[in-house]
Amino acid sequence: MSESLVVPTMAEMLAEGKQPEVLFWVGCAGSFDDRAKKITKAFVRILNRTNVSFAVLGTEESCTGDPAKRAGNEFLFQMQAMMNIEVLNAYEAKKIVTACPHCFNTLKNEYPELGGNYEVIHHTEFLKSLIDNGRLTVEGGQFKGKKITFHDPCYLGRANKVYEAPRDLIQKLDVELVEMKRSKANGLCCGAGGAQMFKDAEPGNKEVNVLRTEDALEAKPDIIAAGCPFCNTMLTDGIKHAHKEGEVKVMDVAELIANAQDL
Amino acid sequence: MSYLDNILFAILLIVGFGFFAASVKKIIRNINLGVDVDRKDNPKARWKNMALIALGQSKMVRRPVAGILHIFVYVGFIIINIELLEIIIDGLFGTHRVFAPYLGVVYDVLIASFEILAILVIVSVTVFWLRRNFIRLKRFIHSDLTGFPKSDANYILYFETVLMILFLLMNASDLHLQNVPGGYSHFHKAGSYPISQFIAPIFNGTSNEVVGLLFEVFWWLHIVGILVFMNYLYFSKHLHILLAFPNTYFANLKPEGQFDNLASVTNEVKLMMDPNADPFAAAPSADENAAPAKFGASDVQDLNWVQLLNAYTCTECGRCTSSCPANQTGKKLSPRKIMMDTRDRLTEVGKNIDANKGVFVPDNKSLLNDYITPEELWACTSCNACVEECPVNISPLSIIMDMRRYLVMEQSAAPMSLNAMMTNIENNGAPWQYSQQDRLNWKNEN
Repeated sequence: MSESLVVPTMAEMLAEGKQPEVLFWVGCAGSFDDRAKKITKAFVRILNRTNVSFAVLGTEESCTGDPAKRAGNEFLFQMQAMMNIEVLNAYEAKKIVTACPHCFNTLKNEYPELGGNYEVIHHTEFLKSLIDNGRLTVEGGQFKGKKITFHDPCYLGRANKVYEAPRDLIQKLDVELVEMKRSKANGLCCGAGGAQMFKDAEPGNKEVNVLRTEDALEAKPDIIAAGCPFCNTMLTDGIKHAHKEGEVKVMDVAELIANAQDL
Repeated sequence: MSYLDNILFAILLIVGFGFFAASVKKIIRNINLGVDVDRKDNPKARWKNMALIALGQSKMVRRPVAGILHIFVYVGFIIINIELLEIIIDGLFGTHRVFAPYLGVVYDVLIASFEILAILVIVSVTVFWLRRNFIRLKRFIHSDLTGFPKSDANYILYFETVLMILFLLMNASDLHLQNVPGGYSHFHKAGSYPISQFIAPIFNGTSNEVVGLLFEVFWWLHIVGILVFMNYLYFSKHLHILLAFPNTYFANLKPEGQFDNLASVTNEVKLMMDPNADPFAAAPSADENAAPAKFGASDVQDLNWVQLLNAYTCTECGRCTSSCPANQTGKKLSPRKIMMDTRDRLTEVGKNIDANKGVFVPDNKSLLNDYITPEELWACTSCNACVEECPVNISPLSIIMDMRRYLVMEQSAAPMSLNAMMTNIENNGAPWQYSQQDRLNWKNEN
């Protein structure tokens, strides 16, 4: 933890005449939300440790427009998209990695039609590729023998059919991966998507995150692994609601990998 | 005398198929009220979807009990329709089991398999009825299904049971007469009857004439029943037996997370961001008569034709609603209701057009508010569970999103908190009130 993070920006890279291997799209949650910032830093620690040449947009990054689009504001979404695309294209970005499935989905699927064509991957896929080509080795470390369940983010799983990368990573940790009764294509939403994160829920008899946390707790895990900063918030709140914060932790897959390596 | 039968049968067929054709025409016209969307790309993937999902029922078996029973009924429906061909030829030309001499053993196998399927259909339909009315599965006693939709589901089950019973009784009476020593009338030996051989003994002790008459009654009721059932489809959720095929063919092939980018918006945004654009220039005058673009959907005519096809295809099984996180937590949103409302409104608009000589006369109603409330629309998490669940690839989510677009872009009617989120994105590039200049501060925080 002591070593400071090396986080070059695209502008700095360009000034040095360099092009990074991958652009790390941090996203709004990853930049501003206290809990999500820890995920961002964990991911950067892995990037630094494995000497991945990456850069962020820093203050030139702006919301992808996902929550505006899902709320119905197509104008605002396309304004954001076109501004971001101008910046990304100016830096000739080719490959983008992000720890937010909402940014991931929007950049990957909705930007190409508007002129933004990049190879976009989720950070769990990126970490898996680092392991696959030998740049990162992972051992269980502090998680060895623990029971971990993975909550599929809707915009990673159903929306883009990425189910295995996060699970493969978790299994590298010598842990017991347990599935919830509904997972993968049948996974239940955490309740944050579709701009719900930014509004109160409509009247009902339960909060969606509480229901999903019940699913997770039924699997009796030590840790609930997430791959999305919003799912992370919703499930953490769900755990508090169930008064289980002493027993069950919610952690991003990147944090699991980083902590296992004592990064 | 026998010619009278044939003529009567021909008239019956013409009337039955004539009414049905008129219904199909109306459905096609109504679907075409939707705006255009290109779903003709990648025919290979589309045929594959249709073969796997509609023909192969691949998504039905995600819920195995209903899935397997449904396959019995579905295969029964398809296979027994082969027999329908023989019935029609027999009816038109006064023949009896016309295929039998040509097919030989194959005919025995066919008839035997029809009989076995018929009994499987009866068993499956009975279980379906029990699930709806006795076990009362949650998705079948849901508030979406009151009034006609509830009765409709049961009518279909009764219809199918009666048709199958008539089919078996017809075979049983036929078999009884085939076995009359020395033969009786035109009932020559044909077919193999693994099920109705157990029913045939009920005719023992009845005179051949009466059994022959009963055969005629069963035969006629069966074919009339089929024609009536076919014409009932137009009014029923049962339309899915036909529309599941085009619906899976034209379904979205893109990733579920990819929502369409409104082209009308793209043009405006591009103009807005073009430094060379003249803000005082007159609007392009290319097609002055074109209606001004409306953003999003408030009524069925604003939806695209695939969404309207979806509405006619929906068979109200409720798998979408039972998997919806909003519905599971007691919110008003039910994806199934979105589809049912869309169809009901489309039917209403269609009737309006029929009553007004082919022109829609505004009726001061719309899909939004009169059928679907904003409260339902705002409860959606856009999680795609409904889309994933639908056994025939219907997308309730796309309709919800189009209606949200109308609420936000035409009516500025988003919930307050969402307006605040959008203002933040506009002003500082994040949904929260943080300055864009602070985006990289995390780097130096501990």
